Amino acid sequence: MAVLLLAEVAGGALAVDATAKAATAGAKLGDVTVLVCGPSSAADEAAKIDGVSKVLVADDAAYANGLAENLADLIVSLAGDYSHIIAPATTTGKNVLPRVAALLDVMVLSEVIEVVDADTFKRPVYAGNAIQTVKSGDATKVITFRTSTFDAAGLSGSASVEAAAGAGDKGLSSFVEDKVAESDRPELTSAKIVVSGGRGVGSEESFSIIEALADKLGAAVGASRAAVDSGFAPNDWQVGQTGKVVAPELYIACGISGAIQHLAGMKDSKVIVAINKDEEAPIFQVADFGLVADLFDAVPELTEKL
Amino acid sequence: MKVLVPVKRVIDYNVKVKVQADGSGVDLANVKMSMNPFDEIAVEEAIRLKEAGVASEVVVVSIGEKKATDTIRNALAMGADRGILVTEDQGVDIEPLAVAKILAKVVEEESPELVILGKQAIDNDMNATGQMLAALLGWGQATFASEVKIEDGKAVVTREVDGGLQTISVSLPAIVTTDLRLNEPRYASLPNIMKAKKKPLDEKTAADYGVDTAPRLTVVTTEEPAGREAGIKVGSVDELVAKLKEGGLV
Ligand SMILES: Cc1cc2nc3c(=O)[nH]c(=O)nc-3n(C[C@H](O)[C@H](O)[C@H](O)COP(=O)(O)OP(=O)(O)OC[C@H]3O[C@@H](n4cnc5c(N)ncnc54)[C@H](O)[C@@H]3O)c2cc1C
Ligand SMILES: Cc1cc2nc3c(=O)[nH]c(=O)nc-3n(C[C@H](O)[C@H](O)[C@H](O)COP(=O)(O)OP(=O)(O)OC[C@H]3O[C@@H](n4cnc5c(N)ncnc54)[C@H](O)[C@@H]3O)c2cc1C
Repeated sequence: MAVLLLAEVAGGALAVDATAKAATAGAKLGDVTVLVCGPSSAADEAAKIDGVSKVLVADDAAYANGLAENLADLIVSLAGDYSHIIAPATTTGKNVLPRVAALLDVMVLSEVIEVVDADTFKRPVYAGNAIQTVKSGDATKVITFRTSTFDAAGLSGSASVEAAAGAGDKGLSSFVEDKVAESDRPELTSAKIVVSGGRGVGSEESFSIIEALADKLGAAVGASRAAVDSGFAPNDWQVGQTGKVVAPELYIACGISGAIQHLAGMKDSKVIVAINKDEEAPIFQVADFGLVADLFDAVPELTEKL
Repeated sequence: MKVLVPVKRVIDYNVKVKVQADGSGVDLANVKMSMNPFDEIAVEEAIRLKEAGVASEVVVVSIGEKKATDTIRNALAMGADRGILVTEDQGVDIEPLAVAKILAKVVEEESPELVILGKQAIDNDMNATGQMLAALLGWGQATFASEVKIEDGKAVVTREVDGGLQTISVSLPAIVTTDLRLNEPRYASLPNIMKAKKKPLDEKTAADYGVDTAPRLTVVTTEEPAGREAGIKVGSVDELVAKLKEGGLV
């Protein structure tokens, strides 16, 4: 079996964690070739991922901003050599791979959490309230893998790097701008600790107490949809069914009620702490340690005492 | 400019689904069904384009059981102009690829310049149909939209991506899929619900379009996820700190 893995490239650099986690999933299926649509420095990084046998690099302006139409055509031009085409289930992977699948006249499998065999996979449905085992009858399997359920492959490899011939700019869409928040904090989906705030935090200003706790712990900051919709936190902090899925060692939920859509994004965390003033809040049903308290007292106190 | 909005009837987002003990699926008997929330956002966006004089007509289409008529009527009550229901035999799975193939035929007939879909349906969570439809039509795609502006034959779309926001420009005709913060859908008023009953609704079958809807995926089993037990309540911040230190977590 031969596997083509679309590497995650962000801001001209390889997103090592997401790519290395998808590589772990890919290694269960066969020989992994990584496709890097970006500069050769990103390809050299990808070549270090354990279990990768070859890196193809397409360093072309047409791919610089992850435009789906161009990436999909490139992948389809390479597809003949592979039984599986995979990517981490990032917004890029989820944007591009269904397009690839339709061009190949096959189904896509999104957010796969387990490889059963070369044709059979497990994926969550209904906000993670059910896990389906599905078997694909398609000639080429096109799959995005939920990164939170795979460990990252090591970085001691030395695969060969080859240039891939580009498929050009289709001219259907063009890049205008990125608004990327610069942050020194760890990335939400790979952080060991995540501190999240919900509607209970009350305002954008008071989110600083959540951020202070996160910074004390070297943690990433997350948010519920209600907090994002209310403008307390940016969209890329949203954890949940329709946001990011995280599974850190420690997840601290502050002023979050625990709606199923939120739980879908964090219930696989190793240890969950909930701070909520309502002792009936559903979040306590999944929390290892629950503290019934006003977060405006408890969170600063916790920050101080840690 | 005509706008086509595919809407899906799904289990209401407030319902906690139960997995059937024999692993055959989830229990959908007598549960509340509603329009997929992302599709309400798509309908709202299309109606706003019409109100702004950008769109001339909003057509909604749903593929599924006869009961999907309710979902279409709901969109018509919000303000869409007309509906198309494509029925499939009950119990037959229609995967996003087949849905996209049927939608491609509808697009051929209707010639919209913009198709707005939800980014994902909250039942299967596949997040695929819009991208697949774009591929089949050879159109550009702007997924996970939080802002849509139509200007000079292009859709300028701001997308919610992992790192923040990305803005791209897509030539029309194009596919847009909605994210949560694109807009807040309106409620249908009672008079509009009454009016919607008189709006035109065409009925077709998947066979009319000559599309092969045979599933590519077989569901082997459907299981409950691993459960999570509630832990303990701690009485104070000090106790919490002690527990976290005990566990080597901080
Ligand atoms: C299609 C769809 C997709 C969705 N996707 C997501 C998603 O991806 N992620 C997500 O999170 N949600 C999602 N939701 C929304 C979800 O249903 C909930 O509405 C949301 O998670 C609620 O956020 P919350 O817990 O912050 O707010 P609330 O439910 O309002 O809870 C606030 C909590 O804060 C507590 N509180 C208030 N003040 C204090 C205080 N001073 N101290 C301590 N506690 C306090 C309250 O007791 C309450 O429990 C989605 C919904 C839909 C329909
Ligand atoms: C009776 C019945 C049983 C089914 N059982 C299964 C099953 O067991 N397993 C399974 O995988 N699938 C099943 N399906 C198919 C499934 O319900 C979906 O139609 C299909 O899988 C689309 O996937 P999704 O909902 O994840 O789409 P997504 O790609 O997540 O949907 C994105 C968007 O596409 C549009 N869209 C999607 N579907 C439709 C539609 N039908 N009509 C109009 N617009 C649509 C909407 O705008 C939606 O927001 C069944 C369908 C029926 C009618």
